Parts: sequence; structure tokens; C-alpha cells
Amino acid sequence: METTAKNSDRMIVNMGPSHPVTHGTLHIVLELEGEIIVKATPNIGYLHRGVEKLGEHLTYQQFIPLTDRLNYCSSLMNNVGYTMAVEKLLDIQDPPRSRVLRVLCSELARIGDHLVCIGINAVDIGAFTAFLYLFRERETIYDLFEMMAGQRLHSSFTRIGGLFRDIPPEFEPLCGQFLESCPRTVDEMESLLTHNPIWADRTKGVGSIAPDNAVNWGYTGPCLRAAGVPQDLRKAQPYLDYETYAFDIPVGTTGDVYDRYLVRTEEIRQSLRIIRQCLDRLKQLGPGPVIIEDYKIALPPKEKVYTRMESLIHHFKLIMHGIEMPVGEVYSATEAANGELGFYLVSHGGKSPYRIHVRPPCYPIFSSFDEQVRGRIIADAVSVLGGMNIIAGELDR
Amino acid sequence: MVIERIEAQLPGAILEHHAFRGDETIIVAGARFLEVVDLIFGEGYQLLLDVTAVDLETPEYRFEVVYHWLNLASQARLRIKVPLAEGAAQPSLVSRFKSADWAEREVYDLFGIPFEGHPNLTRLLMWEDFPGHPLRKDFPLDGGDLFCSQDIGASFAPEARSLNA
Amino acid sequence: MAGINLDDSVMTTRLDSVINWARRNSLWPLPFGTACCAIEFMSMMASRYDFSRFGAEALRFSPRQSDMLLVLGTVTNKQAPVLRQIYAQMAEPKWVVAVGVCASSGGMYRTYATLQGIDRVVPVDVYVPGCPPRPETMIHGVMELQKKISRESLSARKEHIERFYQSMARQEELQRAKGLTSYQVVREMVLEAGAAGGQQIW
Repeated sequence: METTAKNSDRMIVNMGPSHPVTHGTLHIVLELEGEIIVKATPNIGYLHRGVEKLGEHLTYQQFIPLTDRLNYCSSLMNNVGYTMAVEKLLDIQDPPRSRVLRVLCSELARIGDHLVCIGINAVDIGAFTAFLYLFRERETIYDLFEMMAGQRLHSSFTRIGGLFRDIPPEFEPLCGQFLESCPRTVDEMESLLTHNPIWADRTKGVGSIAPDNAVNWGYTGPCLRAAGVPQDLRKAQPYLDYETYAFDIPVGTTGDVYDRYLVRTEEIRQSLRIIRQCLDRLKQLGPGPVIIEDYKIALPPKEKVYTRMESLIHHFKLIMHGIEMPVGEVYSATEAANGELGFYLVSHGGKSPYRIHVRPPCYPIFSSFDEQVRGRIIADAVSVLGGMNIIAGELDR
Repeated sequence: MVIERIEAQLPGAILEHHAFRGDETIIVAGARFLEVVDLIFGEGYQLLLDVTAVDLETPEYRFEVVYHWLNLASQARLRIKVPLAEGAAQPSLVSRFKSADWAEREVYDLFGIPFEGHPNLTRLLMWEDFPGHPLRKDFPLDGGDLFCSQDIGASFAPEARSLNA
Repeated sequence: MAGINLDDSVMTTRLDSVINWARRNSLWPLPFGTACCAIEFMSMMASRYDFSRFGAEALRFSPRQSDMLLVLGTVTNKQAPVLRQIYAQMAEPKWVVAVGVCASSGGMYRTYATLQGIDRVVPVDVYVPGCPPRPETMIHGVMELQKKISRESLSARKEHIERFYQSMARQEELQRAKGLTSYQVVREMVLEAGAAGGQQIW
């Protein structure tokens, strides 16, 4: 009560929910004393679309486009994560060619997500040019996705048991071109930012977090690795044959925004390395199926549907009645661009999941926002928000 | 491994355990829950990934609160489920795991399960005076909006003009 | 002077077309980005599609300084009163482009949480379909808006927006009377309108 005189300096500032530079719908209530943040309360739910409840009414295949729109900067990784969860429940595995292609698309999507994150982080801080250079590469990634799946952003490329279709022959030359131009663009971007004193002033020491604290907050992904914990599901609990690819995982020291930026930049380079190995592996494997041939799970090819009775019936059953699922529950996690993306599926045997829950990687990271910015100035709130890579689609679902 | 240690040190805490598709799951009664959590924290399960719930509507209990842990040292995962009756409260884990903060608020918002000891148990995804808890099975998908599930009512068509005009 | 019939409004029509020409060629957008369509909007701003060719290089994120509201992405029931407030704060003349199917009609999200089209809460001028629409589609949408502006009359413009301000006044009245938050009041207004078969609350 004696603080009324002190409280007269306090001001409440709303950041959002209509927030510039399209961070999505985030609302943060900042309590300020002068320029120092005394308390920051994030208000979320402005993009809560009811995806989990909708999933209980859709079939497992129909849920795939909904997963695209979770982390919309790297849609393919969500598709891969979800179909892997359903495949775990069914206890099936997709063919080898599909696994290599899934790794390839996941890494392309990861590069895309990091490009957006770094670009937008830079724009927020005032460095507009980096965003333009990085988006040129993202346009090439869009071209690759369009070639593979027919859509730039929300490709819904995976199916339960494999992929929608195989890559066309034009894919490889364009991908090879991308592997040449992307490192040069990342070098250009680094020359603008990494040793830039203004960038360092705005990001070094801002938002640091100790490793134990990061683990306690539930951090995963680049933010956890920047804090010094070498946790990457691709190395720790490999899936899709990641143990057979040669790549490194960058680990930071202080966990501040600068370290997060460096970790993401190096991850782009490592993903390019993996993509190169994927292309070689595709050549070695040669042509083959990209989806399992069990027609109780995957749609039969159209030629068979039009000429054979059993295939027609399988097609009908899959579309109208969905897949016959075993009873049980699984939790399946993949290393998405932001961290551990988990899908918890509860099946009571019907054509729709009884409960489907998405564990978004940026959810616990954003919940630590108050601790990260308390005592700092408003400008740091912007840097920290950019470094966390909060995607409202997966945060609110 | 950890399940055997829990059985040894806290006999009777585990009501049931199974491993389906490689996921270790134990069902723990609400009264013994915090003891089990403290034990597994000591065993290295220090990353609480997620807290969620399932509305089962069985005759014995209504909800199951589901927790997922990751052991960074051994890379082992553990799922703990706590059966909960309608209206019963679940002890909050916020004092031990900061990641439980928002996860428990979300479960409270979407299911109506109260968490005892949570410093700020308010709605998170829906607005403060939203009527009902959306993820319960008796809450309709469209939330009472008839237009959502059926196309009724006048449309804007007379005022709209085609892009080809 | 006796032979001139002012009801022919020849002068007014020419004034209309001059004013409309000025308005359509200086559209300042306010990107109200909520979800994935905002990412395609970012692509549209970047070098390949280059929205700045249309004079929209510097985006003013202030409603007071813009005249075209681009709603990019899903608008949920929680976001609806925020959208109404932003639209109310814009100075006239103002236009709304609903970009993407989520803004146009709720998209694939037929749920308790998603507003089934922003035309239920604000007047919309152009709907751009797509999930997400390609940048070329969005540019086409803005060009269609320019064509629409060149056709419109000045008096009908004000009537359209006047109804919206009346609905804002109704909303504030209900908030005071019932003591509920703006989210719940807007939601109830939308549900009532839907049950009556009308859908729009403005």
C-alpha cells in the first residue's frame, strides 16, 4: 500500500494482439517502470481454433491437413510427425524410399523455418535486408515443395504409411541448385549480422538461461541447445534412419538470443549436409514404392481402383469408414524446427482418434517469457520474442 | 527399471503398468502421485514435456490426467496417468516443474480440472467468461453455433460480384 | 443556367471518379496477420512478388494511418472483438480484404473457437480464396478492390460503415448492461444473429 507513490511511474503497455511484422496473434501485457519491464504477462489463445476437438470428429487421414497448419513455417515436419505417430500406433513402417524422402523434406522445412525465424528476428530489430536475402532462398524451397506436393506452403505431403507421391525428375536438379545457392545466401546473411556490433548489442546477453532452468521450463530444440544442453531427438532417439546420416548438432553456451541465432544458422548448414546425403541415397536406392502396399491402410493406386473389384472396395472402405485402428495410446515425438513436437493419440478402435493432443515445442518456451525479460528494457522484449520463434498456430492449436 | 524401483520404494503406488508400442505407462492413484513424482525426479526424469487429460466417462472415474516425462541422461520416456473423478482436484506440479504452469492451466481451461496449489489457475486459451469446458465430451463441437455445423441463414451472395465481371 | 438539371449529377459523377481514382491508387494496407496467410503475405512483400510495386512498401501498422485492412489468417472468436476495434479505429474511407478461406468463411475449422467468416463481425469488400492463397492471388484481390473502388458512389460508402458503428455502440451497451467481457458479448451477438438466420451482427 505504501507503494502508491512508486506505482505512479508504472505504465501498462499492450503488445498485440494485432502485432506488427506478423508474429501472429500474440498478446503480451507489459508492466513498465520507465523503460524497465517489471512484469510481462503473455495472453495466448487468440489463434485457438479447436484443432484437438476437431480431430476427434475427423478420420486419421483427414487430420493431416490440420497438422500442416500447426507450425505453418515448416508444415512438412508436422505432417511427418503426425503420420509417424499413427504409424507407431498401427505398428507399420513406410518403405525405404519414403523414409529418405521424409528426411529430405523435413530438413528442407527446417531450413525454411530457420530462415523465417532469423529473418523476422532481424526485421524486428531493424535489419530488413537480411529478411529479403533469406526469403529468396525460401522461395526456392517453395518451388521445391510445389514440385513435390503441388502446394507451396501447406503441402500435406505425407500419408499414413508413406507419401502422397514420388518426386518428379525435375526435383533433383533444382535441389542441387538450392544446395549451391543456400550456403552463399547464409554466408551473405552472416556477413550482415554475425559480427555486426549493433546486432551483438541487441542480442548478446539478452534472454540468457542456465541449462537446468531451461530443462525445468520444458525447453527443447534450438533454445535448449543454445543454453548448452546437447539434446536433439535426431541423435538421441533416432527415427527415420537418422543414425545413418552424418551431421553435427550445434550447442551454444549462454542461451541468449545471439546463441540461438548462431545455433539456427549452423543448423541450416547441417541440414544442407543431410539433404546432400539424401539425394545421394535416393540415387543409390533407385525407383521404388513410396507408400506401403497394405490397402487396408493406404489407398490403392488409381489404375487398380478402376480395374479391380477388391481395390475399389478397399478404396471405398478407407474413404468412408477410415482405417481399422488398434485400441491403445501412443506418444510419438520428432525433432521439429522449434524443438520436440509430440503427438499423443488415444484410440478406442474407431475411425477417429478418441483424443489427440499436440505437444507444441514453443508452448513451454513462451511460458518462460516473463522470467526472460523481467528487469530488462522493452527493446529486449522484442529481441527475446524473435529469438524464441513463437508460431501461434502451434502454440494455440 | 524405474518402474521396479518405484514398486520397491513405494509399494502400492502403481495401480497398473503396461508398455504398448514401447511406451512405458504407469497408472498412479492421486494420493500417491507427488511421492512418485519426487522419486522419478531423483531418477533423472527432470524434463516434464506435457500435461494433458482425457475425458473417458467411465463409471469409476471421469478423467485421466496424463503426464509425459523425458530422462535426458538415459533418453527414457515415462507416461504417468492419474484417474480423477468429476470435480476432484489434482495436486499441481508448478513448484517442481515450471513447464507445468501453462500445461495445467490449459487442462483447467479445456477440461475444468482444478489443480491445487497452482499460483494462477485462470483460463489460458479461451476467454475468462467462456461458458463451459470445450474438450469435454458433452461440449458440442460447434459450441452451440448452428451456422457452424449447418449452412443456414442468408448469405452475402446478392452483394458479391464474380472476379470475372 | 436554367437548362442545367443538377439531378443528372454530371458534376458529382466526375467528382466521384476523381476521388475514387485518388483513393484506389494510394491504398495503404494494414496487415492484420494472424496465421499462415501472413507468411504468404511476407512472401508477397519479399523480392519475388514485390508488393511495393503497388505503393505498399512501408506498411503502417497503425489503424489511424491506413485505409485497407488485410485480414490474413484465421480469426477466432477470441480475436473477433479485437478485429472490430481495429476496424473501428481506422479513419474513413476504409476497405476490408478477407485473405484466405479462414477469414472468408472459417475455412476448415468448423469449431466452437473459430469465427465462421469475418463478414459476421465487420463489413468485407473483397474475399480472396485459397489456403493459403498464392501471392499472385492476393495481388489480384487487391487489384479487384481497386476496380471496386472505381465503381463505388460516395454516399453508399458511408451507409455501409454507419451500420458497423451502430453495431459497435450496441456491443458496448451490452457489455455495460451484462458486465461481460467483449469476447463473450461479441460471441453472444454472433450466436443470436446465427440463430435468427442473419449471421452478421453489423
